Amino acid sequence: MTNLEKYNEIFTNRFNPNGVDLDQLTNQSVQLWDSVGHMGLIAELEECFNIRLDTFDIIDFSSYCKGKEILLQYGIVL
Amino acid sequence: MYSEHLFQTYSTNTAVINEEGTPFFYHDLFSLAEEIYSHLGHRCLVFSFCSNSIESLAGYIAFLSHKVVPLLLDATMDSELVKKLISVYQPEYLWIPTSHICDFDTWERLLSQGNYTLIRLQVEVPFPLHDNLALLLTTSGSTGSPKLVRLSYENLSANAESIAEYLDINGEERPITTLPMHYSFGLSVINSHLLKGASLLLTNRSLMEKEFWSFLKSGEATSLSGVPYTFEMLKKLRFFRLDLPHLKTLTQAGGKMNIDLNREFAEFCHSHDKQLFVMYGQTEATARMSYLPPQYALSKLGSMGIAIPGGEFSLIDEKGKTILASEEVGELVYKGRNVSLGYAESGHDLIKGDENKGTLITGDLAKRDADGFYYIVGRKKRFIKIFGNRVNLDETERLLKNIISECACTGTDDHMLIYINDLSRRDEVIHYISTKTGIHPQAFSVKYIDRIPKNSSGKTIYSRLIA
Repeated sequence: MTNLEKYNEIFTNRFNPNGVDLDQLTNQSVQLWDSVGHMGLIAELEECFNIRLDTFDIIDFSSYCKGKEILLQYGIVL
Repeated sequence: MYSEHLFQTYSTNTAVINEEGTPFFYHDLFSLAEEIYSHLGHRCLVFSFCSNSIESLAGYIAFLSHKVVPLLLDATMDSELVKKLISVYQPEYLWIPTSHICDFDTWERLLSQGNYTLIRLQVEVPFPLHDNLALLLTTSGSTGSPKLVRLSYENLSANAESIAEYLDINGEERPITTLPMHYSFGLSVINSHLLKGASLLLTNRSLMEKEFWSFLKSGEATSLSGVPYTFEMLKKLRFFRLDLPHLKTLTQAGGKMNIDLNREFAEFCHSHDKQLFVMYGQTEATARMSYLPPQYALSKLGSMGIAIPGGEFSLIDEKGKTILASEEVGELVYKGRNVSLGYAESGHDLIKGDENKGTLITGDLAKRDADGFYYIVGRKKRFIKIFGNRVNLDETERLLKNIISECACTGTDDHMLIYINDLSRRDEVIHYISTKTGIHPQAFSVKYIDRIPKNSSGKTIYSRLIA
C-alpha cells in the first residue's frame, strides 16, 4: 500500500464520510472528528508512519488537506 | 452564595474573559443576570442549557441569586431526551442557546441575550419547590435519566468555600474552562473562583484545538482542571514540553487516573514549580469530597487523599459496621455540609427536604493507609465513567432495548462493552447509543454472545460477561 492509500484508509475508516470527497474533510464538517476522534486519529497516524508530531502540529491538524502538508514536514510524502 | 453583596465586593474585578479576549467585570455579569431575572420575577423551575459562555453563566447567576431553581443540562443534549425531561419536571422556563430551540409545545420567547433565549412554557400547575432547594444536576446526563441530584444553598456555599480554602484561591486566579458547566466538577471550578473574585477564562474549545491553546496563553491561565481523559490528551499533546509559566495548578477528578500517567504528571509538576491536585468527588456531594495535597502527589501516588476542609470520611463493612483498621477495604462514607439533600425522580420529589442528613454512602470501595490517606479500589454500583461522565449501565441497556431486544452492558472506565446476539447490527447499535448519549463511538465495543446469561428470576448475571 502506498503512503497515500494508508492515509486515505485511516480517514475513511475513522470518519466514515459516506462518499464525501476526502479533500473536503475538516474537523468542523465531521461530528466524529471531536477531541476524542482527533486523539485517535493522531495516534493512528503516528503509529502508521512511525513519527511523533509536535504539539503545534497536532492542534494545527484540522483537515485532511492540512494533514498532508504537516506530514510532509516529517518526511512523509503522500 | 451569589448575593448582590458578592458582586458589589468584587464589582471592578474581571469575572469573565471570553475567547475574543473581551473582559466582563463582576458588575457587568450582575447586570446581565438582573436583566434575565426581570423576566422571571418569581421562584420557579428553569431548565438551563449550559455552555461555557457569558450568557450561560449570566443565566446561572440570575437563577441562583434570586432563588430560581435551575436544572443544568448540556446545551447539545438530544432533543427527544430533553422533551422527556420537560414532561417529567414541567419547568416554567428554558434558558437555551437560540440555535437549539426546537418544537416545544406552546412556548413564548421572552428575551434574547447574545446567543441565548429565555422561553416560557405553558405549565398549568408547577410542582412545588422545597425552600432549601437551590439547584438540580443530572446523575447520568448523557442517558437522559430523570434521576436528579437535589442541592441546597448551603451545599453550594459549603463546597465552594472548602475548595477555595484547600486550593488557596484568591482574586488573582484565572482558571480556563476545560469541563462543561452542567457537570458538577466543571461547575465547582466556577463556584469556587467567583466566590473569591477570580477571573474565569470561558471557552467551549477542546484541548485538541489551536484556539484553546492560544486563549490559554493570551489569557495567562493559572489553572486547568480535567478528568483522566483530559490528562491523556495533555500527554499526547507533549504538554511536558510546553512552556506555560503562568499555569501553576492542575486539578484532576472524575475517576481514577492511570497510575503511570499520574506519576508522570506528579513528577513533572514537582520539577516545574507547579501543583497537581488529585481529587475525588460526586455530584451527590455537590462536587468534591477529597484532595491529595500536592506535596504528597508522589509519596502517596494513587491515593485520592484526605477529606476536604469541613468533611470527614469513614469506611464501613458489609454489615454497616465502621472499619477502624488501616489497609482494610470497605464502603466509603462521607459526612459534610456539601452532601446533597437527596435525589428527585419526578416533579413530585422537588418538595422533599433533606433525606441524606449530611451523610453520603458513596457506593465506592476504598481503603485507608496508616497515615490516614484514602485509596479507591472499586465500585459497588453498576456504572462506569466515560471521559469523566458517570454512565449508568442499566440506563444504557434500557436505551438500547428501544432498538434491540436482547443486550447487556458492562465494561471499564472509558470503554463500554455491549453484548448482543446479532453481530450484523453492530454498527447500528454503536451509532444509536453514541447518538443518544452524545458520547464518541470510540468508547463503545460490541461483542457477540449467543445467549445473555440470566438467573432464574430473569436478571442478567454480569459476572459471566467477562471481556
